[in-house]
Amino acid sequence: MKRGLDGPEPETRPTPAGRRNKQGIRIDPEIEVTHEPRRTVISALVEHEPGVLSDVSGLFSRRQFNIESLTVGPTEDDERARITIVVEEPDPGIDQVEKQLRKLVPVISVRELEPDAMRRELALIKVDAERPAEVAAVADMYNAKTVDSSPETATVEVTGARQKIEAAIDTFSQFGIREISRTGTTALARGTDRTAGSDSTGQPADEANYDGQYTETATND
Amino acid sequence: MSERAAKVSPPDDEQDDDQITDSAAPDAATEDDAAAGDADTTLDPVTSGAEAVVRALENAGVEYAFGVQGGAIMPVYDALYDSDIRHVTMAHEQGAAHAADAYGIVSGEPGVCLATSGPGATNLVTGIADADMDSDPLLALTGQVPTEFVGNDAFQETDTTGVTTPITKDNTFASDSDRVGSDVSEAFALAGAGRPGPTLVDLPKDITNGETDREPDDPKVPDTYQVQERADPEIVAAAAERIENADRPAMLLGGGVIKGEASEACREFAIEHEIPVITTMPGIGAFPEDHELSLEMAGMHGTGYANMAITHCDTLIGIGTRFDDRLTGGIETFAPDAELIHVDIDPAEISKNIHADYPLVGDAETVVEQLSEAVDAAPEATKWRAQCQQWKSDYSMAYDAPEDEPVQPEFVVEALDEATSDRAIVTTGVGQHQMWACQYWTYTEPRTWVSSHGLGTMGYGLPSAIGARLAADDDQEVVCIDGDGSFLMTLQGLSVAVRENLDITVAVLNNEYIGMVRQWQDAFFDGRHSASDYHWMPEFDKLAEAFGASGYRIDDYDDVAETIDAAIAYDGPSVIDVHIDPDANVYPMVPSGGDNGQFALTEDQL
Ligand SMILES: Cc1ncc(C[n+]2csc(CCOP(=O)(O)OP(=O)(O)O)c2C)c(N)n1
Repeated sequence: MKRGLDGPEPETRPTPAGRRNKQGIRIDPEIEVTHEPRRTVISALVEHEPGVLSDVSGLFSRRQFNIESLTVGPTEDDERARITIVVEEPDPGIDQVEKQLRKLVPVISVRELEPDAMRRELALIKVDAERPAEVAAVADMYNAKTVDSSPETATVEVTGARQKIEAAIDTFSQFGIREISRTGTTALARGTDRTAGSDSTGQPADEANYDGQYTETATND
Repeated sequence: MSERAAKVSPPDDEQDDDQITDSAAPDAATEDDAAAGDADTTLDPVTSGAEAVVRALENAGVEYAFGVQGGAIMPVYDALYDSDIRHVTMAHEQGAAHAADAYGIVSGEPGVCLATSGPGATNLVTGIADADMDSDPLLALTGQVPTEFVGNDAFQETDTTGVTTPITKDNTFASDSDRVGSDVSEAFALAGAGRPGPTLVDLPKDITNGETDREPDDPKVPDTYQVQERADPEIVAAAAERIENADRPAMLLGGGVIKGEASEACREFAIEHEIPVITTMPGIGAFPEDHELSLEMAGMHGTGYANMAITHCDTLIGIGTRFDDRLTGGIETFAPDAELIHVDIDPAEISKNIHADYPLVGDAETVVEQLSEAVDAAPEATKWRAQCQQWKSDYSMAYDAPEDEPVQPEFVVEALDEATSDRAIVTTGVGQHQMWACQYWTYTEPRTWVSSHGLGTMGYGLPSAIGARLAADDDQEVVCIDGDGSFLMTLQGLSVAVRENLDITVAVLNNEYIGMVRQWQDAFFDGRHSASDYHWMPEFDKLAEAFGASGYRIDDYDDVAETIDAAIAYDGPSVIDVHIDPDANVYPMVPSGGDNGQFALTEDQL
């Protein structure tokens, strides 16, 4: 007995020439385009309620978004908290991050920050204090404050963009680093521009997609 | 009793309580007055959190709730005792969730399921995850240990909100007897709003036992949940122009069309502009499959003609679909020439899997009406339509059923379809039988196809038939087409069907295999039938009789029509153990990640 159905075999069927890339975007087979990941900062204003941080962090791990750092803290409004997330994804991925975040019920608004936004991280760096004068000189260079010192150690506090923190750690390592604790990036938009407010539910997804335009964001966070 | 109570509430707490009561008192009094003014005088005021929970369900118009009793949920059940809501006691909480899910699919209103804390709640999890993947409206209420024990690994404690966060649209841990009724109202509203989905409220026993006279607020979604109804007119206009100029247009209708009550609008649009229509599996019933323009379902086990059309179209109007991988196959080869017009109420679905050239965020019915107004002329696609018809005959779904061979499953599905009315509801388990039920039953109405699509949950069939039966009209037959393996997973539900005397017919396509697995083993694992051979199946007809249902058995073609008629005619649950060809496989088939246009028609082509 026959097993299966009748009809022309696969090899005899016409196949279209077009192709899509991994992100589902139609491509010209001649010029393969892929979206390279870029690092950007997304700010979300959320209801300050139990579980919201785990909702957000769970979303990131469950959907396999490539997350660099996530910070959260209260805002000027007692009932709201701000979550600042640094992600590294291709443009369509960044789009998804924003849209998936917006779907969470306790999330009020979500926005990708402009490249000129203020981004700051804080690090506490504890080094050996065998050469206190040099430690102080390096601290000076990075505008760092010595916040604790003992005969064997000095702990400095550095704030700034991630690159600055990294450079500072690099330089301090000559003294022998004992411990480091970093906060991850927090950020606000410049000037009168609202970072993510109750009034700005963000750009509707259809417009964000429509012309396929994405803003370039500087990697300096 | 009082001694115990004193022991568990330290003096400090008491003081705090006093303060809270004091400061809240003036507020509460004014709200009470307001509530008393509006309240329906025939209803007794609520006196406990549990009564507020039940009142919230009553206010929402809930008719049925499915669940299983238990310690932590007992206060809610006690409150249900005096309610007109009909509680259907299930044999297992998984069944409660599936029954509520199916109730939601058929009725369009969120189905409600209840479970106790710990194992009750975890037994619901599969059903909640299933509803989440299929965007079915579902409200789950779970008991929880008293607040003061939470986090201490108390008896039957599970972090239910933690466990269900990834599989619910939203969940809430109730923390206030005065608010718990409103928590439930809000969760009910949220389950059905926008893109539907499951919501959950976890109910600590002290909160439901706690005193309150606060009536729940009306069902209302939270302010932070916003849904856009109408799509951007500029993009609508551009999409309309694209449709008018299309040479090879196709519509792809997903489950969102049915959920958004857009079937009628889509039918009118397709017929007026003579556009061939493909559905996804959840979209089955959105368009009448006996219509000339229908190409039926595309994807892994979709029809050859649907897959040819989706691969070759130049304009694809996807409505209420999330472009699941079972539909798309490999992304690279999915509709590679098509510009995609994507209509969805959930912005996150736009360009998630397939890039949308014309993203239309909004309610399916509203947006299709917007498109209808914007499209001035039907696309000129006579050649394309002829091509689609040609594919229909080239790749017809005809099968052989020789008299001297074992019964072929396709024949049984067609016979069941024949024996029932157009509005009959089909539910299924997961496996080959589910695919035959898609392929060989001719669906013409929305909300008549009830299946587990996204999660693919074996055991979905029987409990969902129970929920569907209670939501369906009396003159609609409910038929569960099940697999032997799937049926075995939740057949304890038969006890419920018998107790409630539910008129459902279960046809178990019994191949003594978990057949879909065997099919893959034949195709991709050299026929090594590791753990797929189920030669120890019970006799399902006798098992049905043991439960008090009516049992039948089919062994050859002579029995088919007569037995089916008898089972359908039986007024109560009946089970037909259909012994089908154990080697029958499902075709066409696109191997996972494959090219839809390269579907296999036989095993040799895989
Ligand atoms: C709960 C669950 N466990 C395992 C699977 C994997 N699975 C998919 S199809 C299938 C076989 C189903 O067998 P049966 O219900 O007998 O139906 P048939 O394929 O034989 O028609 C299995 C085991 C599943 N989908 N769900």
